[in-house]
Amino acid sequence: MNLTFSSEDNAFREEVRAFIRAKLPAETRRKVEEGRALTKDEIVGWQRILNTRGWAAPSWPKDAGGPGWTPVQRHIFLDELHQAPAPEPLSFNVAMIGPVLIAFGSDEQKARFLPRAANLDDWWAQGFSEPGAGSDLASLKTSAIRDGDDYVLNGQKMWQGMAHRADWMFTLVRTDPKAPKKQAGITFLLIDLKSPGVTIRPIITVDGRHEVNEVFLDNVRVPASCRIGEENNGWTYAKFLLSNERTGIARIGMTKRLIARAKGFAMKSAEPNRTRILERAAMLEAELKAVEITQLRLLASLKQGAPDPRSSILKLKGVELRQAAGELLLKAAGPAAYEFAYEDEQEAPFDIASNFFTLRGASIYGGANEVQKNILAASVLGL
Amino acid sequence: MHFDLTEEQSLLRDSVTRLLKERYPFETRRKAAASPDGWSREIWKAFAEQGLLSIGLGEETGGYGGPVETMVVGEAMGGALSAEPYLATVVTGATALRLSGASQALTEVAAGELILAVAEGFSAERNGDGWSLSGTATSIPHADCADQIIVIANDGALVVYVESGKLKRDAHRTFDGLRAAHVTAEHVAIASSEVLAVDAAGIDLAERVRQHSIAYIAAESVGLMAMLLDVTVEHLKTRQQFGQPLSRFQALQHRAVEMLVALEQTRSMAIYATAALDEPDAAERRKAFAAIKVVVSNAARLVGQQAVQLLGGIGLTEEHRVGWGLRRLTMIDLAFGDADEQAARLATLGGFVAPA
Repeated sequence: MNLTFSSEDNAFREEVRAFIRAKLPAETRRKVEEGRALTKDEIVGWQRILNTRGWAAPSWPKDAGGPGWTPVQRHIFLDELHQAPAPEPLSFNVAMIGPVLIAFGSDEQKARFLPRAANLDDWWAQGFSEPGAGSDLASLKTSAIRDGDDYVLNGQKMWQGMAHRADWMFTLVRTDPKAPKKQAGITFLLIDLKSPGVTIRPIITVDGRHEVNEVFLDNVRVPASCRIGEENNGWTYAKFLLSNERTGIARIGMTKRLIARAKGFAMKSAEPNRTRILERAAMLEAELKAVEITQLRLLASLKQGAPDPRSSILKLKGVELRQAAGELLLKAAGPAAYEFAYEDEQEAPFDIASNFFTLRGASIYGGANEVQKNILAASVLGL
Repeated sequence: MHFDLTEEQSLLRDSVTRLLKERYPFETRRKAAASPDGWSREIWKAFAEQGLLSIGLGEETGGYGGPVETMVVGEAMGGALSAEPYLATVVTGATALRLSGASQALTEVAAGELILAVAEGFSAERNGDGWSLSGTATSIPHADCADQIIVIANDGALVVYVESGKLKRDAHRTFDGLRAAHVTAEHVAIASSEVLAVDAAGIDLAERVRQHSIAYIAAESVGLMAMLLDVTVEHLKTRQQFGQPLSRFQALQHRAVEMLVALEQTRSMAIYATAALDEPDAAERRKAFAAIKVVVSNAARLVGQQAVQLLGGIGLTEEHRVGWGLRRLTMIDLAFGDADEQAARLATLGGFVAPA
């Protein structure tokens, strides 16, 4: 047992820190620091800077075009991004579809999509949820019927984050409505969002932001060459993707930033508010320290490509603390946080309230907290 | 960075777990707790024979191992609800002696022939070459049977090592089923030969002893919580109500999952504590232990209370170990300051995150 970073790890941290300090655009940094939405160009620009160094896809192995880092190096890299603070590489591309392509994609699919995903030449969206299929994802209804070399898709997807910026969408569709188990009739397809029959409509959420969308599919033709793995085996790939998504979801650095800002307001407050906020912050800092170590323990025990149900612990506890930190910041800021602006209006003086509302979604997306508890009850406790 | 035990540490874990399982099942533990001492001299002898009382004593006195070995033993002791004075004697008592260079007595600790306690909260005045000690310390664990007591006076500025007979001891049970004594001194003369440390060295010593205690109870909590979670899960699977096992009820499943999350948070902090004991920067070490105790306390409350809730009435009975787990975890929550008190302490120390 050794909790200290090796000298190689420390040297690696220095290298990452120096690179970020030299290359991160000041405006991007400011916006992340203040919790503001980034433009598409800012996100693409930063990911391409990382990609010039081969760092855009931290979890990918070397032969897939990634840096081939150890779990500890990945942790250090993300930690440095969060501390800078800099945006993470687009998770739809590098944490979600990338690993699925690497594990289950054909050689042709890997060659076609992986380099473009790393360089953000293609922006990917996730097409899983539907109006009638949220937590019960496997009940999805969007149909795909084979017609020659294509599938013909009809249905509606919902909650597609950033789909209005996206070029491609990885999607779950129903190919066998008569399968004995609903999970068994699902196929994993890659859809070019420029295809005829695709309509994307914005959903404005309580945070005043346009992040999520509805995607309508009306006789959309998708070539069979854009299918991942086998027909009707899509649920396996989706579970793999969701489990990967959860491992990185503790977002410890983001929580630290929220706490730091809450403490900043506290320092300017009069007693007894100042002490009250600082003590609440300390409670969160202590719990966050434990999550940080839990994350390292989990990373150290993860085998490449093998999902671990215990990653749900990180999602549960990480989200709980992030939401609590966002709420503490809202309270610490006081009336200064009341002023509100929609994303498409002028930049709001504070984005604290908007962030607070954005964070309410964190316990819903990526598998709601209750779903995480179901997973842990079944697969870790055997209940 | 890695989180694996060495081969020797794994063997230690297996052997102490086996020893407790074979020689200290719950019924034996209950009998020991009801005996006049409140613990078992017989199992204590077995601890000595297996070398468990030599852990962390330092190589110069024939000891071996350090914080990780102590964590491994603490976890096993927690799982078995051990009522023995391991924390008082081998962890806090022996650590105080080792750190102050008074290592002569440590071979007696290793042999199982010396029981120690640490009592804090006295005042002392200079008296010729020595000191005059006065004050009362409330409910000091295992002070009733300790042969020697390490007394911390003047907020650590004086730490002395005295025969327990020199102090008045009012023995009693504590609510976790362990034994303790109120320790009183009225103008007790302390010779300079009994002094372990003074001034800054004494204050540092007292603080380190507290930190070793917190590290141990973090590990003990891991064992206790894992035991409670096992018992709870087993109960949910077997207990039938409304014509089905309790494990079918989602509300109950989710409570059990909250216990699991709390256990893993505690395990992380027990591991963190082993590293934090060696942290050279005193301010960083202070913050670490405040944070460790916050998490241990929060988790101890949650796991103890949920286990009893999920067991139903049976968990509240004297015969069931879940009730004893609740008692011990409640004591662990309060010991050295609960989560609120330690969070306030961490805040005063500035926390881990700088204000922005």
